[in-house]
Amino acid sequence: MLRDITLGQYYPADSVIHKLDPRVKLFATLIYIVSLFCFKGVAALAVATVFLFGVIKTSKVPFKFMVKGLKAIMILMIITALFNLFLTPGEPIFSFWVLKITKEGVSSAALMAIRLTYLILGTSIMTLTTTPNQLTDGLEKAMAPLAKIGIPVHAIAMMMSIALRFIPILVEETDKIMKAQMARGADFESGNLVKKVKSMIPLLVPLFVSAFRRADDLAMAMEARCYNGGSGRTKMKPLKYEKRDRGAYVLVSGYLVLILLCRTFLPWPM
Amino acid sequence: MSIVLEKINFIYSEETAYQIQALKDVNLTIEDGQFIGIIGHTGSGKSTLIQHFNGLMKATSGTIYFNGQNIYEEGYHLRDLRSKVGLVFQYPEHQLFETTILEDVAFGPKNQGLSKEEALQRATEALKSVGMPEELYNQSPFDLSGGQKRRVAIAGVLAMQPEVLILDEPTAGLDPAGRDEILDLVARMHRERGITVILVSHSMEDVAKYVQRIIVMNQGSVMYDGTPKDVFHHYKELETVGLAAPQVTYLMHELKERGLLVDTDATTVAEARASLMEALTGVHSARKDFHVC
Ligand SMILES: Nc1ncnc2c1ncn2[C@@H]1O[C@H](COP(=O)(O)OP(=O)(O)OP(=O)(O)O)[C@@H](O)[C@H]1O
Ligand SMILES: [Mg+2]
Repeated sequence: MLRDITLGQYYPADSVIHKLDPRVKLFATLIYIVSLFCFKGVAALAVATVFLFGVIKTSKVPFKFMVKGLKAIMILMIITALFNLFLTPGEPIFSFWVLKITKEGVSSAALMAIRLTYLILGTSIMTLTTTPNQLTDGLEKAMAPLAKIGIPVHAIAMMMSIALRFIPILVEETDKIMKAQMARGADFESGNLVKKVKSMIPLLVPLFVSAFRRADDLAMAMEARCYNGGSGRTKMKPLKYEKRDRGAYVLVSGYLVLILLCRTFLPWPM
Repeated sequence: MSIVLEKINFIYSEETAYQIQALKDVNLTIEDGQFIGIIGHTGSGKSTLIQHFNGLMKATSGTIYFNGQNIYEEGYHLRDLRSKVGLVFQYPEHQLFETTILEDVAFGPKNQGLSKEEALQRATEALKSVGMPEELYNQSPFDLSGGQKRRVAIAGVLAMQPEVLILDEPTAGLDPAGRDEILDLVARMHRERGITVILVSHSMEDVAKYVQRIIVMNQGSVMYDGTPKDVFHHYKELETVGLAAPQVTYLMHELKERGLLVDTDATTVAEARASLMEALTGVHSARKDFHVC
């Protein structure tokens, strides 16, 4: 049930993508998102597609696993596509009552659907191949210059990594408490809205109590091990660029250039 | 009245990289009125197994019959099953949520559809039977000590008056006195009300002392199933899977090797003492120099 949430899930596998420095992956994801929103024309679309599926293939994450993440935003995608389809002004190709579908509408709906799908696939490649710890390490290092202007980069990164680490724990805890209350005859499914909300109390109260207890314990355990913030703290596995990371930077930059070239010289037909 | 498991398999996170087969081809029959102990190393599938008994988990394959009825059948009332098969989870104190202890214990009976008075009546009885002092009934359950919380949580299941009571390591994290109290309470429930009790435990001593039948789990399968004597007979094999027989079993085997004619099947201290006394008084004339301290 709750366990099927793939958000922020890591899929262990032995691939080049898994081994890349998290900063490279952050950068690549950012570039990819930018490219999605500035591309024009079938040629650019082909380049983005080849790039995306090439990376998916290299990452050794089963495609089936990735598609699971798409299901969750299906509704959002359909609504966006419908809005685009019916509300884009232009040359009508079909009209019915107040609704009319325009040529521009069709193409912008299709474009939007493709962009969203690629966006989700692209970002989930990053989360699926990077452990939350690596991700926050990468963020911390990438944002390090901001520390100079007084932004508590380390604290933010630490908070993020703890929050991420707590998601599966809380999901598990929810599952456990739910079962314990079901064993006492609790019913979380049937009934009207008021009853359903009320039936959440036996779940939420213990969940909050346990979340606070865990937070307290964690803070205590960190202090007991002399944690006192970021300054002067060294890492067991400091991030260091390897050859493959440099290669990846070149590849990603090349990809962006290619997209921009397509946009300028082959902007057909969009 | 019985619970029958037929070829139960259970796989966690099926079809992902994290796939774990937690139960493998488990066949079991839980007869009415038995006091059963389930032992097994950490991760052997005990908690997973017992959650199948009341239908909280659905087996990946296999069938479970409660009183002859297939619980996976369309339209079977799992909520009724859960009120007949009471399950006390590991660390049950984490499920407390009401403003007062009495209200919390009454949660189960209320879900069974009893009126408020009846539910409170049941709760009072259950709290009495677990030995909670009456002046605490209207306190918040969050202000209790760990052992007291545990008892309140157990009372929460007892108040539903189940026919089968399953406890998952009810004594984890309790002191010896608290442990004995809980186990004595469970044994009393079994004796007086004749309910079936299934006790998951890591302590061989506890299991040997109380139960009539032991089920040994190893890596998701049933390794042994029999009386404590039968099972602890295999103490050498038990060691290979990270378990051990009660201390007295070792003592008795050692004594026998050294030439004292004791009964190596003794699994509790009381049995061992009886056998030892017998052996000593019998052997005494032959070997005057033998001392047991
Ligand atoms: N929620 C879960 N998701 C995935 N795997 C799980 C889950 N719960 C248990 N497992 C796995 O299933 C196997 C059996 O676990 P189970 O909790 O039944 O063991 P146990 O015998 O109760 O252990 P313990 O003595 O530590 O309580 C273990 O390998 C465990 O890692
Ligand atoms: Mg367990």
